[in-house]
Amino acid sequence: MALLEVDQLRVEFLTRNGTLTAVDDVSLKIEEGEVLGVVGESGAGKSMTGNAIIGLLEPPGRIAGGEIRLDGQRIDNLPYEKMRKIRGAEIGAIFQDPLTSLNPLYSVGQQLVETIRTHSDVGLAAARSRALELLNEVGIPAASQRIDHFPHQFSGGMRQRVVIALALSANPRLIIADEPTTALDVSIQAQIIALLKRLCRDHGTAVMLVTHDMGVIAETADRVAVMYAGRIAEIGPVADVIKHAKHPYTDGLMGSIPVVGQQTERLAQIEGAMPRLTAIPDGCAFNPRCPKAFDKCRQTRPDPIASGAGEVACWLIEQEAHHG
Amino acid sequence: MAKQSPTADPILQVQNLSRVFDVSPPWLNRVIEGQPRQLLKAVDGIDFSVKSGETFSLVGESGCGKSTVARLVVGLYGPSTGQIIFEGDDIGGLSRREMAPIRRRIQMIFQDPYASLNPRWRVKDIIAEPIRAFHLAHGGAAITARVTELLEQVKLTADDGQKYPHEFSGGQRQRISIARALASEPDFLVCDEPTSALDVSVQAQILNLMKNLQRELGLTYLFISHNLAVVYYISDRLAVMYLGRLVEVGPARDIFKNPQHPYTRMLLDTIPDLEMSGRERLPVAGEVPNPINPPSGCSFHPRCPFANARCRSEAPQPRMVGSTAIACHGVEENRIIEAAPVANGR
Ligand SMILES: Nc1ncnc2c1ncn2[C@@H]1O[C@H](COP(=O)(O)OP(=O)(O)OP(=O)(O)O)[C@@H](O)[C@H]1O
Ligand SMILES: Nc1ncnc2c1ncn2[C@@H]1O[C@H](COP(=O)(O)OP(=O)(O)O)[C@@H](O)[C@H]1O
Ligand code: SF4
Ligand code: SF4
Ligand SMILES: [Mg+2]
Ligand SMILES: [Mg+2]
Repeated sequence: MALLEVDQLRVEFLTRNGTLTAVDDVSLKIEEGEVLGVVGESGAGKSMTGNAIIGLLEPPGRIAGGEIRLDGQRIDNLPYEKMRKIRGAEIGAIFQDPLTSLNPLYSVGQQLVETIRTHSDVGLAAARSRALELLNEVGIPAASQRIDHFPHQFSGGMRQRVVIALALSANPRLIIADEPTTALDVSIQAQIIALLKRLCRDHGTAVMLVTHDMGVIAETADRVAVMYAGRIAEIGPVADVIKHAKHPYTDGLMGSIPVVGQQTERLAQIEGAMPRLTAIPDGCAFNPRCPKAFDKCRQTRPDPIASGAGEVACWLIEQEAHHG
Repeated sequence: MAKQSPTADPILQVQNLSRVFDVSPPWLNRVIEGQPRQLLKAVDGIDFSVKSGETFSLVGESGCGKSTVARLVVGLYGPSTGQIIFEGDDIGGLSRREMAPIRRRIQMIFQDPYASLNPRWRVKDIIAEPIRAFHLAHGGAAITARVTELLEQVKLTADDGQKYPHEFSGGQRQRISIARALASEPDFLVCDEPTSALDVSVQAQILNLMKNLQRELGLTYLFISHNLAVVYYISDRLAVMYLGRLVEVGPARDIFKNPQHPYTRMLLDTIPDLEMSGRERLPVAGEVPNPINPPSGCSFHPRCPFANARCRSEAPQPRMVGSTAIACHGVEENRIIEAAPVANGR
């Protein structure tokens, strides 16, 4: 049994214009110590999937179907207080903007101590030394001096490391990191990625890493899920997905990324844009932009089917399976 | 407008350009608490020149002064010292009125297209505004025709002109701001992180569009980005900036293939590895120091593995090494250990 199991998750928004489906039949698993990368264009449903797992969907968003299980126990239907406990103790969250997770009025040390003490029964002194340990672990230089400083006295990269320290403070088994390096410089991004990888290795923490940066995924993830218009287009081992993409959308996405050392006159380009939730095309949602679309794609929606070590939701794969 | 390839003539020359900001605490605090005046040198005596028809890029970590250079070049800030010479004329010290005809020829594209488009105007009026202001077409019909032409140039349609900015996606808004910049028939576009807010697939569309427009209209770009792969794709020449100074300036291919300045090497080493060669990125030592109190000598010395006593006391001046201008004592003294080429096999 995987640590996290998401089964046919469906997230809906009730709006004036009717019900919008932001996440549509998404299924995925994350094992202990594994990093699952989740990529896709903005609006693909990455954050909504993450928020549903940590129980932080804001109304009018709601889970409209499916199950989320941590260690086999359902967590998608728990009362608020119970979920809040799990969120601190078992699942940690890291968001794009570190400032939203930090309180400007309290020192970094106070916030760590407070979080540690909510989740375990330790005294002030013990909590403070644990806080210091965490700051050292995430690589804050001169942590014993910096512990009493306020968030605004830290740089962006250091703030994100503090947020990671906060997320780690209760030794969670799963971390949901939503674009944790998007707001940071590449140099600092490299440090944060190295840190996340080390944590998985040393503590067996599982990580769901949401990002639109393929480079970050290539370096960090064990497996990767590619989302398009609320669904998983392709999921599988990172090397397969990145180097031998099977879904035409993944293929287009990879081709559109400039690479240092590869001289190209023109980048491959996926024409058009991802559909809005109000206008998801019939059949395969990617069909209006897909260079390989055929009749069936415009009529019937493909579900993910096994292909190699992963799964792909595309009629071409189905055909291949039948004919070859 | 004819097709043009990069020529030897510089269209823009920047000499000893500096911009200092006064970031002192309020006067009263200074008097009561005895706090000193604080000056921040965002740009500290830089030189570079951009050739007509080329793409010249500025890279460097956040806060190193890239946007300040952009704003100096388009005249949004005045220089504290130095010259900005556009086709032979120093435009740095010009008054608003004297600047007007040159302003038309130098336009800017920003990172956040939404913030730079007036939300209450229809797209057609946003694009028509510079045409009217600079008298580039006369009469409603001519202006409408020109707006349509511009919309089509950026792959939008005449119908899109009737809509408001909020009705468009991020990538489409960036197309609108490009159309507006082109409306004044510029020669020189300053692009400050034009694709940083966009998804990779949309980024590819915009970068392809910018390259096509450059070829068709003979545009010159000053391009700013922190995404090194984007810079590799788009640039002819490149300047690497650190704490207000340029540390390495030269042909982009040469710098990516054989970075020489220790900071350039560090920066290139942080590029994520899409080839999955298993290369571990070297964790970067330290962060950008405080620009209010920059380190003495070479401002990179606290992070540099090759720093010595001279580096801590004397600021290195740029000198030519082959095709590239490098400001580093270590390079001059030949003490920088060879590193593997970056642009191959990664
Ligand atoms: N108007 C201003 N007043 C005071 N300081 C400023 C001003 N504009 C810029 N600075 C400072 O000048 C330095 C350079 O800023 P600049 O915006 O040019 O950086 P940048 O390289 O564009 O960074 P980023 O990659 O984050 O956009 C920074 O320390 C910044 O805080
Ligand atoms: N409050 C809301 N009301 C309606 N739709 C929403 C709301 N919040 C998010 N959505 C929609 O849900 C979809 C998925 O969003 P999200 O998960 O944030 O995407 P991303 O992949 O960029 O993280 C988007 O189309 C978004 O517009
Ligand atoms: S199902 Fe059809 S339209 Fe969709 S990705 Fe596959 S080939 Fe393209
Ligand atoms: S001048 Fe000295 S400190 Fe500066 S980059 Fe060169 S070797 Fe390093
Ligand atoms: Mg998101
Ligand atoms: Mg900037």
